[in-house]
Amino acid sequence: MGAVLAIILTGLLVATACALLGVFLVLRRMAMMADAISHAILPGLVAGYFLAQGPNLLAGFVGASLAAVATVALVEALQNTHRVGGESAIGVVFPAMFALGAFLVSKYFANVHLDTDAVLYGNIEFVAFDVLILNGLNLGPQSLWVMGALCVVNLLFVRLLFKELKLATFDPGLAAALGFSPALIHYGLMAMVSVTTVGAFTAVGAILVVAFMIVPAAAAYLLTDDLGRMIILAVLIGALSAVVGCFIAFALDASVAGAMAAMAGACFLLALLFSPAHGLVAKARRLRRQRLRLAMENLVVHLFNHEHQAYEEHEAEVAHLSSELRWQPRFARRIIRMARRAQLVRQVNGHLALTGAGREFARQASAHRDGEA
Amino acid sequence: MQTGIAVAPVEINDLTVAYRDKLVLQDIDLTIPEGKLAAIIGPNGAGKSTLIKAVLGLVPTTAGSVRIYGKPYAEQRRLVGYVPQRSSVDWDFPTTALDVVMMGTYGRLGWLRRPGAAERDFAMHCLEQVGMAPYADRQISQLSGGQQQRVFLARALAQDAQIYFMDEPFVGVDAVTERAIVALLQALQQQGKTVICVHHDLDSAPDYFDWVALLNVRLVASGPFASTFTADNLRKTYGGAMKAAIAHFQHFEEDRRGLGIMKRE
Repeated sequence: MGAVLAIILTGLLVATACALLGVFLVLRRMAMMADAISHAILPGLVAGYFLAQGPNLLAGFVGASLAAVATVALVEALQNTHRVGGESAIGVVFPAMFALGAFLVSKYFANVHLDTDAVLYGNIEFVAFDVLILNGLNLGPQSLWVMGALCVVNLLFVRLLFKELKLATFDPGLAAALGFSPALIHYGLMAMVSVTTVGAFTAVGAILVVAFMIVPAAAAYLLTDDLGRMIILAVLIGALSAVVGCFIAFALDASVAGAMAAMAGACFLLALLFSPAHGLVAKARRLRRQRLRLAMENLVVHLFNHEHQAYEEHEAEVAHLSSELRWQPRFARRIIRMARRAQLVRQVNGHLALTGAGREFARQASAHRDGEA
Repeated sequence: MQTGIAVAPVEINDLTVAYRDKLVLQDIDLTIPEGKLAAIIGPNGAGKSTLIKAVLGLVPTTAGSVRIYGKPYAEQRRLVGYVPQRSSVDWDFPTTALDVVMMGTYGRLGWLRRPGAAERDFAMHCLEQVGMAPYADRQISQLSGGQQQRVFLARALAQDAQIYFMDEPFVGVDAVTERAIVALLQALQQQGKTVICVHHDLDSAPDYFDWVALLNVRLVASGPFASTFTADNLRKTYGGAMKAAIAHFQHFEEDRRGLGIMKRE
């Protein structure tokens, strides 16, 4: 298999496996916990390699998973003391675990295939050379087998336990009352996160694996209000980032994992700006439309209130309106244009008069405002 | 539940709950008879919500036992419906009103089995009962507070239980929802169900409930509303915060005398 294809496929599989779990991490507001796990598995990984006397895949998985569970338990125990709250507990635990790991790496594995750079940034560029050999048979890049298996396992996990994950995430109290142990689901998810992290670790490293878990899911959350669709979107965004990131990295001769994570960040930024429902642009536009509509309502109600009064003509003069309602002349002209287009007012000899529809509109608006008061 | 001898839906014996070294509930002995609309009333920090959570096994208990129709809660989950406080969940969760109501059917489904058309239809039926059917496909963050509360009630209905525990169902709801909840409570009572609500509004309590437990860490009194909701018992329950409680009580007494009946209509 070509090295390029191996890299792209690995990126694709890492992104998919991570995004599947990331959705639940985002919804459970556990992004920092994922970050903690990704760093804290290092001492477990090293201990596993140490006991197996070499970079043994299975020993690494077992050690790292145990370290991850220990991290989650430690963080929660610290949080329960109420002296070291929420995020601080995470901040205390994971640097300690990571430092222990870094120390062990430098002490015992100075000469093996596990250096601190690889731990942090991974080395996806070399996945093609790390092949799986079974009974003397070359089965191709090991990372493809590992990440492929993790994709399948995570897909099954999310698919089979969709209902349980949804309930325990939305309402852990009801989940517990109905007999679905939220603690079991929580630790199950944490176990899946740690195993996935170990698998993705060699490819993209401890820092970027968090980007693959959290960023596509966070972008998907901005784009949909349906959990199922959010999962699919997160996977698609992750996969797209991986593939596009790869090509950008090849073109610029830059870090592949870095380019993939940066692409995920770019996708998030696009979603943040342009999501139809939750994007900043759509929000600003909605706000503006509301402001204009409210101003037009004010104008029509103002005219209505001063109809049939002695000074009606004066009140309805365009120039007077802008000072009365404290509007800039430009804004006033704009609102008047809007009201005329809606056929609520018409202009008669330099002053404004309500139309029949305008009067009805004003009555309804006043009644609505009184109802709210 | 025909069991020969009458077994109370809820029987609590010597229940004590502590958070670290602070007692939240102390030596609670409480039996709630079948078919009642029961209120759990007491000041802030009295342990009202904790009592419900302890019954449902959601907080660890230090001592005591809870029996649901004579058996531990874990064996009787299917008989119990639960409406948590509305503020206890994140309403920005990406799902619809109907989907939340369907969660009420998950207990019957058990692990791994997915809800199907039958669950969907039943959840829709439950939404109809609280007047929320037109909002079935609405994203839950787009519902008003009262509508969210009604979705929670519909979800409890979807649990199809014998006993319902509700944690402050009337808090922060509009008049329409308040009426919908009252109508629902009465409908449940007519079906012979038992409903237990944490409630803190002394004003409305006499209108809604026919049984009451007055709680302030310890159980002060429990029993039929009229004979239990007395000035003396309220004074014991509210202690320092008594003034307000007594003012409410006198208001209630006046109403009772003025109308010559137990309940305001």
